[in-house]
Amino acid sequence: MEHKAPLVEIKNLNKSYRRGNQIIPVLENITFAIEEGEFLALMGPSGSGKSTLLNLIAGIDKSDSGTITVGGIDITVLSEAELAQWRAANVGFIFQFYNLIPVLTALGNVELPLLLTHLSRKERKEHAEAALRIVNLSDRMSHYPSQLSGGQQQRVAIARAIVTDPAILVADEPTGDLDRVSAKEILELMGRLNAELGKTIIMVTHDPHAAEKAHIIRHLEKGIFNASPHAHL
Amino acid sequence: MHLLTLIFKNTFRHTLRTSLTILGIAIVILAFGLLRTVVSAWYAGVEASSANRLVTRNSISLVFSLPISYKEKIRQIPGVKIVSYGNWFGGIYIDEKNFFANFAVEPKSYLELYPEYVLLPDQRAVFLRDRKAAIAGEKLATKYGWELGDTITLKGTIFPGNWEFVLRGVYRGRDKSTDETQFFFHWDYLNEAIKKTMPLRADQTGFYLVGITSPDLAEEVAIALDTTFKNSLAETLTETEKAFQMSFVSMSEAIVVAIQMVSFVVIVIIMAVLANTMAMTARERIGEYAVFKTLGFGGRHIAALIFGESLFIAMIGCAIGIVCTFPIAKVFGKTMGAYFPVFHVSMATICLDVAAALLVGMIAAIFPTWRAVRIRIADGLRRIG
Repeated sequence: MEHKAPLVEIKNLNKSYRRGNQIIPVLENITFAIEEGEFLALMGPSGSGKSTLLNLIAGIDKSDSGTITVGGIDITVLSEAELAQWRAANVGFIFQFYNLIPVLTALGNVELPLLLTHLSRKERKEHAEAALRIVNLSDRMSHYPSQLSGGQQQRVAIARAIVTDPAILVADEPTGDLDRVSAKEILELMGRLNAELGKTIIMVTHDPHAAEKAHIIRHLEKGIFNASPHAHL
Repeated sequence: MHLLTLIFKNTFRHTLRTSLTILGIAIVILAFGLLRTVVSAWYAGVEASSANRLVTRNSISLVFSLPISYKEKIRQIPGVKIVSYGNWFGGIYIDEKNFFANFAVEPKSYLELYPEYVLLPDQRAVFLRDRKAAIAGEKLATKYGWELGDTITLKGTIFPGNWEFVLRGVYRGRDKSTDETQFFFHWDYLNEAIKKTMPLRADQTGFYLVGITSPDLAEEVAIALDTTFKNSLAETLTETEKAFQMSFVSMSEAIVVAIQMVSFVVIVIIMAVLANTMAMTARERIGEYAVFKTLGFGGRHIAALIFGESLFIAMIGCAIGIVCTFPIAKVFGKTMGAYFPVFHVSMATICLDVAAALLVGMIAAIFPTWRAVRIRIADGLRRIG
């Protein structure tokens, strides 16, 4: 039987920050892999390095050493410009505070990543509308973020994350700013994206209820995985 | 949706701040345009000068006169096509505040030398025929409500007495730069009156105006002319009309330099104001720029957003400033007509306005762009929430 390579492969990853003359290690010798179609939750206390790890996997931060291979590409050797192109094509981002552009409508926000593609204006609009339909916001396309609830804003952010059809979705505390009902809806939506569209999801969360939606939970403490991955299927 | 849409929407995110900045730019462009127009007006005489004309005066000073007998000798110098002459009269119309330039000239040769003073043929004929006749520029005639046939009395200062003239013509300027606020009458009329009252001052002229066959001969003719009268009782100084006009401007050059400096200082001030606005804007949106970068947008996109917004604000202000410049310049020109006979906003001034606004917009965006492009995504995202 042919063995399929993991989508994300991390080897001997190290990351530290400098504060004055002091070097503070954040991640130490991290090695692990994420299979395609996996839904992984990264948990750990504040300062454990989970968001840093997520940023490194998503190509928005640089490691000190080690390799991160995503879909066969070692992203640690890419230049800033190459990384930007790689992110635009391969990664969808979901943030805790949604990070929508306030002067753009829901449709405009979702269309934003498509400005970097060669799609026509009409095609961009069609793609953005389709993404908003997936997150059940067809009736809110012309609304501005300030006219939407937190849950709706996060759904717009999810539509923006999937509109380019990336292989990986990274979510940093996606339910951290939501009430329980909205949080549940968002987690269900993410579960649907994973199950129905096959998106690989890496989610950082503090919330054990949110983590329960993931297939695998990994705990980070002081930059080190403190236990074996916990399968939650 | 397009990046331009985003630039437009971003521009009016803080309506009050943007509006005040636009207002500031509009006022500065207006001030800049007016100051540049004042400087242009200062040089209007120089600009209107012809390369085919020389001015000959007494080498000691313009105050001293030259004998009328020089006319024929000047005419015989090779390269000279036409010779005219005249006196600054310095007459006052009713009150000293009604200042305008008035000259006694030899009318036929003068009008030939100055084709930019356009006079209707019948008015020209009457003016040349009638020794008491005078002509005035259209602006001057309109200002005082003069009509053809009116008797105009000037009180002489250099040549004492009340001098009466009959208005026989109103000239129009061929070009925008032509002065339409001057008053001309017959030199013979002046000379004949002087012969009776001040015979020692008769048959003297304040300056000669020499038309030459080619501008290339200007230096040669000027040297020949001055050499002709070397060691005479009244030595001459001949220069091009442009140099002659410049000698007047250079007397007040310090003021012109000061005006020019002020015009540039206001630009620097508004540059600082817009730079501050853009710096505040970029600082507030640093998290958004991080999001843009996260989504794959590069430094050039961020730069396009900031430069676009800065230039948009600058150009709106510039457009408003330019639109306001014309009516205000008109009022200013009317009020200051005695000092600035030619006061119109030139295309060069408009181009300078636009160039200044573009420069302000560009420079104001440099530092905020530099900061926004350099910020690490992770640091930018931390600013949100």
